[in-house]
Parts: sequence; structure tokens; C-alpha cells
Amino acid sequence: MRTAKPEDAVPTARKTRRPKSAQAGGHMHGGPIAYIILAVFTIVSLFPLVWTAIAASRDNQRLAQNPPPFVFGSNLFHNLDVAWNDANLGKAFVNTTIVAGTSAATIVFLSTIAGFAFAKLRFRGRGALMLIVIGTMMVPPQLSIIPLYMMVAKLEWTDQLQAVILPSLVSAFGVFFMRQYLIQALPDEIIEAARVDGASSWRVVWHVVFPAARPAMAVLGMLMFVQTWNDFLWPFLVLSQTGNPTVQVAVAGLGRGYTPDQSLIMAGALLGTLPLLAVFAIFGKQIVGGIMQGAVKG
Amino acid sequence: MATRHTTAAPPVKEGGAAPGRPPAAPTEAEQRRRNRLSRRWQRDMRWSPYAFVSPFFLLFLAFGLFPLIYTGWASLHQVEMTAPTDMTWVGMRNYTRIFDDDFFWNAARNTLTIGIISTVPQLLMAMGLAHILNYKLRASTFYRVAMLAPYATSIAAASLVFVLLFGRDYGMINWALHFVGIDAVDWQNDKWPSQIAVSSIVIWRWTGYNALIYLAAMQAIPQDLYESAALDGASRWRQFLHVTLPSLRPTILFTVVVSTIGASQVFGEPLLFDANKGASGGAEHQFQTLGLYLYEQGWVNQHLGRASAIAWTMFLILIVVGIVNYVISRRLRASS
Repeated sequence: MRTAKPEDAVPTARKTRRPKSAQAGGHMHGGPIAYIILAVFTIVSLFPLVWTAIAASRDNQRLAQNPPPFVFGSNLFHNLDVAWNDANLGKAFVNTTIVAGTSAATIVFLSTIAGFAFAKLRFRGRGALMLIVIGTMMVPPQLSIIPLYMMVAKLEWTDQLQAVILPSLVSAFGVFFMRQYLIQALPDEIIEAARVDGASSWRVVWHVVFPAARPAMAVLGMLMFVQTWNDFLWPFLVLSQTGNPTVQVAVAGLGRGYTPDQSLIMAGALLGTLPLLAVFAIFGKQIVGGIMQGAVKG
Repeated sequence: MATRHTTAAPPVKEGGAAPGRPPAAPTEAEQRRRNRLSRRWQRDMRWSPYAFVSPFFLLFLAFGLFPLIYTGWASLHQVEMTAPTDMTWVGMRNYTRIFDDDFFWNAARNTLTIGIISTVPQLLMAMGLAHILNYKLRASTFYRVAMLAPYATSIAAASLVFVLLFGRDYGMINWALHFVGIDAVDWQNDKWPSQIAVSSIVIWRWTGYNALIYLAAMQAIPQDLYESAALDGASRWRQFLHVTLPSLRPTILFTVVVSTIGASQVFGEPLLFDANKGASGGAEHQFQTLGLYLYEQGWVNQHLGRASAIAWTMFLILIVVGIVNYVISRRLRASS
């Protein structure tokens, strides 16, 4: 079956008159050029991350030389230690875990029940409401920051975590994602059977929907965790960089402080990124599957 | 994990649970009980869908829609950061002030150019990558996860790394360019290089993510479409043009809309890319985006009313873009 020539691998390849072939699309094998292109993109994707670690393991003088360092130095743990203390990263990690955990768990829960209603229940206004949900995906959340900021200032929530958590409790993407999943993963017959047994809607959710949706809930939870973990603009506005920061705010503070020590900045960036990279290394396959799952329209 | 959510449950009436006993001749009391259960059952069937979707809409109203409208209201007032509750009506003056400001138009132009430089190559590369990933490949999951790794990296961390990589004197990129005989580029201070550098952070973070979205859509294309195209003698490239691309149209439009919204908001990358640690987007404002301009007006100059006017202007621009997108997609659909 290895009939694909290199030029077939590239979408922009010159127009080639090839003999008829019944195997196309997802059934074709990739040629060497496909692998070369993928290798290049893999290197480009990973290099800045690897180099963050290299730069974090050097000292500031070595970073200001040509050629730039390509191998690890011996300063890594020293730099990590200083960055950790300078940027208040311990507190930042606790804060970010609370923020991302609360948001992700709430989004998953609310998205599952709403997604279930949109996928499987009939009610007046369902189509219109679903359109509104999709429409809210088009409204940029950042455009609301000024009144949110005024609200937070008035409530004296500045520098407090609820100011970051509350606006991030809903996700239209989550509702859409769970709806897509439940349409195909939850057969109507099971719901009907539960109904015949006399289960209330809430019981159906608890005993039928949640178990059926568990894989999608896990994926959505991870996606939302990554998203809130990396959120920058809003936490940057309401949290101070040294008082009560999230990891991103603290890391940004390292770059904007008076210490021009680049290796320390890189150590902070590395610390801020490592937990998520670990999650990706372990659950990467599921996360990839989840993004692709959410992308297909049903 | 799910059990933790019990307390957060919406107020749904428990108890539509009818007993499954066989219907023996019902007494009068039994009949009343059944009627009650049946009424409860009907109420449950009727209202629980709304109970399930209402938390989403309530939270969206509180933290999405209301602030958006309030921003419009605030944009017609003079509001200072120092006293955010003191609002003086000024009508359209905030709008005329920002439209008279050269920096606004500069930021608008920069947002447009950075948006184009970051979105167009990003989506084209994502499409090519998705096409390649759609082949049968060894270790395909590895490439997908590796390509998604930048998505796991925050704007803050990524921007700080790219500042170093794009350094003028000791940056890796100028060092590599030197080998191809290109003189050192001042990535932070020259207009186009700095915009390209800022865009490259966006491209780096989002290309893999978009590639996965395209790949998912490609895998949903029925195989027999390709088979019949192949039987008609269509080359691979023609198959891509006439089968793959038309099938991906909705997905492409979706990614274009999402990327446009993202591009209009670019903020963290130019903020952290600035060597002077300011909100001006470089000494000459050479890469100040609208998002950064909004921040500068609101949080540095403390004019919240003017910042609101910028926010609403951005929103109106996006609505226009959305309408244009919609019209184009209608046209495309009608012509196919």
C-alpha cells in the first residue's frame, strides 16, 4: 500500500496527473516528506520550551553572549530557587490551583447539565437558546473588563481570588462540547428506560448522564483547567504581582521587575509552564482527542 | 469527582419517582397519590430542561452581557479610575477624543496588520499540517501532542522566551540569520520586525491547535467522496481542492471567526514583548495593539470612560467583521 510519492504528502505540491487511485484521504500512507515536515514542526513547537530550560540553567552573563547556549548549565536549581522566592511562586501556585480547579469543576458540571438538556430534552425555545449559546462564543469576554473591574473595585475584591473565579465559571464552548458528545454517546433508549422506571430528570442526570459523559467531562475539565491556568489579562488587572498573584501574573512580574536577570526570568517561565507540560505528557492523547471531538459539528 | 458537585445542583424538584408496582384496582387514596405523582412528573418534564440550562444563562447575563452593555453606558461618561462610581455624562465626547488621537489609529492599524500576519500563515500552516496528519503515519499521536504543547504554554511564559530568542545582540534568531548572511534585525524597535516577532508568538501557540480542529473535520469527510473523485481521475491536489476544502468550509469559517476575535484582543504578547516594560507597545508605539491602547487609556492614564469607548469600538468592528463573514459564507453556500 505504500504508493504515495513524496509530492503527494504536500498539499501545495504541483499538479500531478496521477493514475486513478481508489485509496485517498485518510487511507494514504505518508511519504518521507510528510515525516520531514512533521519533524520540523515538532522541533519548532518544542524548541522554545527546551530552550527555556537551557536558559534557566545558565547564568545571566552566559545568556548575553554569542553564540547562545545550546546545552544545559549547572545553575538550574539555584535559579529555580531564586525565581520561586522572588516571584512569590509558592503562593501563586496555590492560588492558580484554586482558581483553575474551581473554574474547571464548575464549568464541567454546568456544561454537562446544560449540554444534556440541549442534546436530549425537548423544550420550548431550545433551538433559539442554543443559538444564543453559540452566539456568546462570538462575544469577546475581554470587552467586559471595565465594568467588571469597577464592580470588583466597588466590592473591594481587588487582589482577591473570587474576582478571578466568578467571571470564569461559564463556558459556551463547554456547553457546545458536552452537547456534541451526549448527542452520540447517550442513546435515547437508556434515558427512556430510566424514565419508565420512574426516574426524575435529576436522577437521570445523576445516574445516567454523568456516568455516560465521564470521558468527555474529564477532557473538558483538562481543557478548561489549562485555559484558566494560562489566563492572563483579567488576573493581571485585578491581582497584584507580588501580593496575591496567579502563576501567570507572577511570571509576568519577573519579566517586568527591576532585576534584568534573564536566567531568573526563564526559570520563572519554566516553573509556570512545567505543571501543564506534565499534564500534557500524561494526558496528551486524551486532550488531543477531546479537542478533535469538540471540533466536529454534529 | 462528580460527587463534589452535589451542593451546586440547581433547585430541581426531586421525586418524580413513580413506583413500578403493577396497577391493581386503585383505592381512592392511591388514585390521588398517583395523580399527584403524575402532576409532579409533568412539572419535572416541563421545567427541568430550563433548570439545567439556566445557570449558564444567569452567569452569562451577570458576567458577560450586563458588563458588555454597561461598558457602552460607561463609554458615554467621564469616569476616572480613582473614583469609578462618579460618572459624568459627556455624550459622544470619549469617542471623538479617541478618534482624534493618532495613537488610536496607529493601534487600530497595528491590530489589523498583526492580526493578518498572525492569522493567515497560522491557518494556512494548520491546514497543511492537518492534511499531512490525515495520512497514515507512524507515531501520529506523538506529533499531535507535540504540536499542542505550545497551547499548554502561557502567554506570559511564551512571550518572555520569545523576547530572548528575538534579542538583537545575543538572540538565537539573529545568530541563526547571521549564518544565512542576514544582518542583525532589531526585532524590538523596528516596526515590521517587531510586529512579525509579536505575531510569531501567536502563531507558535495556536497553529497546532487549529491543525487539530481541521484534522477532526477532515476525518469526518466520507471516504467515498474521495473514492468517486479518484475514479473520475482527479489528482490528489484536485481532490484536496474539490473535496477537502469544500467540506471544510464551515470549519474554516469557524476558525477564521475565532482567530479574528483572538487577533482583535492581542494584549499579553505585545505587553510583555516591550523592552521598556510599558503599555505603549514599543518606544514608537510600533506594536501597540488596540488591547494595549485600551489598557493604557484605562489603567495607565486612568480614563475608564475613554477605555470603555475603545472597548465598544472594538466590539462594533467585530460585529461588522461577523456580518461580513456571514455574508461571505452565505454567498459561498449559495454558489456551491
